[in-house]
Amino acid sequence: MFRNLSYKSQRIIIIIAFSLIPVALLFTLAYLPVFNMFRYSFTDWNGYSKQFDYVGFENYKTIFTDPKYFSVFKVSLYYFVGSFLQMGLALYFATILSFKVRFKNFFKGVLFFPYLLNGVAIGFIFLFFFRPDGTLDTLLQAIGLGHLSQGWLLNPNIINVSLAGASLWRYMGFNLIIFLGAISSIGKDVYEASDIDGANRWHQFRHIILPSIKNIIQLNMILAISGAISAFDIPYIMTGGSNGSNTFVIQTVDVAFKYGKLGMASAMAVVLLIIVIIVTLLQKILIKGEK
Amino acid sequence: MKRNKMFTGLMALVLVFTMIVGCSSNTNNTEQNTAKTNESGSNTAPTEGTDKAVSGEITVITQRTDIVDTVFKDYAMEFNKKYPDVKVNFQALSDYEGQIKIRMNSDDYGDVLLLPTSIPLADTPQFFEPLGDLDQMKSQYIGLEERTVDGKSYGLPITVNFSGILYNKKVFDDAGVATTPRTPDEFLAALQKIKDKGVATPLYTNYADSWPLTQWESVLTTVAGNVDYVNVTQPNTDDNFVAGQPHYDLYKVMYDAAQKGLIEKDPTTTNWEASKADLANGKIGAMVLGSWAIGQVKALAANPDDIAFMPYPTNAEEVIMPLADDYLLGISLHSKNKEAARAWVDWFINESSYPTTEGGGMSPVVGAELPATLKLFEGTEVKFELQTPATAGQEGWVDKIDKDAEIGLWQPDFKKRIIEAAIGNRSESYDDIMKDLNDAWVKSRAKVTQ
Repeated sequence: MFRNLSYKSQRIIIIIAFSLIPVALLFTLAYLPVFNMFRYSFTDWNGYSKQFDYVGFENYKTIFTDPKYFSVFKVSLYYFVGSFLQMGLALYFATILSFKVRFKNFFKGVLFFPYLLNGVAIGFIFLFFFRPDGTLDTLLQAIGLGHLSQGWLLNPNIINVSLAGASLWRYMGFNLIIFLGAISSIGKDVYEASDIDGANRWHQFRHIILPSIKNIIQLNMILAISGAISAFDIPYIMTGGSNGSNTFVIQTVDVAFKYGKLGMASAMAVVLLIIVIIVTLLQKILIKGEK
Repeated sequence: MKRNKMFTGLMALVLVFTMIVGCSSNTNNTEQNTAKTNESGSNTAPTEGTDKAVSGEITVITQRTDIVDTVFKDYAMEFNKKYPDVKVNFQALSDYEGQIKIRMNSDDYGDVLLLPTSIPLADTPQFFEPLGDLDQMKSQYIGLEERTVDGKSYGLPITVNFSGILYNKKVFDDAGVATTPRTPDEFLAALQKIKDKGVATPLYTNYADSWPLTQWESVLTTVAGNVDYVNVTQPNTDDNFVAGQPHYDLYKVMYDAAQKGLIEKDPTTTNWEASKADLANGKIGAMVLGSWAIGQVKALAANPDDIAFMPYPTNAEEVIMPLADDYLLGISLHSKNKEAARAWVDWFINESSYPTTEGGGMSPVVGAELPATLKLFEGTEVKFELQTPATAGQEGWVDKIDKDAEIGLWQPDFKKRIIEAAIGNRSESYDDIMKDLNDAWVKSRAKVTQ
């Protein structure tokens, strides 16, 4: 029945046939929920009831006028700073591991392993790690720095540093793998040529590796920053947002499921989505401006 | 070339169609199967001792992940002796409240399930089958009022709990506390003695696990010394968190204990499972909990007689240990085998012995024998009473005000705040927190009750 169709229309049929399922999945699992989220954000839905009222911009008004909803963003700063450290470390390890190193694959495995672990497991590991006389304190005592040990999660000035540290440990492997992939795509002949010219490792990093993976660094940067704004799993599992470690996403989840204000929580999610989009756009514009 | 392309296109279409057809045919099969079972079951005549009229397959959803494959399997076997044509399947959810809520947005949330506490009372009929008129069922069960809408009850409590302080008697004795403390001052003094002794943590809050903190709210009746306070007085007062009122006095004990260092050294890294063992072994003095925990801790203790239960300290004239429903068991509105589901609910509450054994509380069946833990208090000044239900027209007000104000009476948040302030992690005082809560209460109460 397709025999009489032109090559072009056959092509179209094939393309449609193959993309039908992925598009349907994408639509039902990604776009439809987001569309509904926008809709709910204008209601007072409690998450259960079959009926709800539209309240216009009431929810948004509350978010932007009540300081308690926005003040938690300062916690994101810890994760923001942490993400720079995370990128630096990932880049450092990726560079070292892309040269000839003994047990190279073993170290790659070790560094990537945390990313494969379940977030809940990591939360529990770090609860033991940070508790009084736990792993960290024992370690500090063993190397003679016992006087530094303290309530890692108890001290409100330190808790976010501790949590950002755990988050760094978890996500660094992901950045590392992406960097490794990008670095390995640089041709061997370029290194050889630079060796002949007398370049050392630092020169190679500065003038060959860094410019070649600039785009990937930008991508990782965007991911890291939006990750910092929407930090959730580590603090949620470890502290539930208590003791001054509350983040915007934890607060959204609380509003939705503890207080049954799904409309309000949807509005908060929309606000977060818009913030992430703005940050990403800003970054793109600023980086372009540099060129 | 052309042929090839066409072939691929055809293949793609076939692929798409098989997937769609494949899915739908599966559904058909299941439906047919279920229908078949129903038919064969209902045609059989009832025989002696068993009830064959009731048949079908039901899914029971429970929160007891620990015993779903052991005790519940035995229950199903017992149940089948009476109802041989009912097939009972179990599903246990580890985070019951969180997971069931999401499932209830569909029609598929089992046949028999626990009524989530977070659904508003008025919405109950949208999800659950009425079990009967309150007036008629009242003579048979207690604790139905919690989920009664327009005179119809929607759930039976799986057990009736009482709340207070679970403590290790030996720790108290060793520290020189001879009599059980009755007032907050006596209680704090006793805790101080335990601290001075230096062996055990006097009062364990379980701050990091969060939910144990919500147990404090359930002793509000004891502090008020009045069964009317929670549902009748509370929604009609603007002074809910003001000095001298039950809420203020209740959490003042928590604040004082934390401030004087009578709680665990680092509350941010506590662990519930470990704390049960520590209480059993005398490393912890006391915890605020419900009666359901008694059995769990006793099971871990070398000497179960050391584990005792006392009412929360109060300045009130009467010492009332409040009785309160555990989860209520109900039937889904979308159940296909409501008769079989009803048979399970009745059997589970009346005949399974769950309420007193696994549930660890009192049976909701009127006239059932009291559990051993309750008999201990016979002849003392301690009274066991259910809370007065809300006045007609005010049902669900407390919950509505609470949620609108984001206070979270049954959430750990402001309890955590109190502990953080007490150990010096926040700059606010106890009165600051109470004022903040009260302001939110007043504002939302005006909104809800207008």
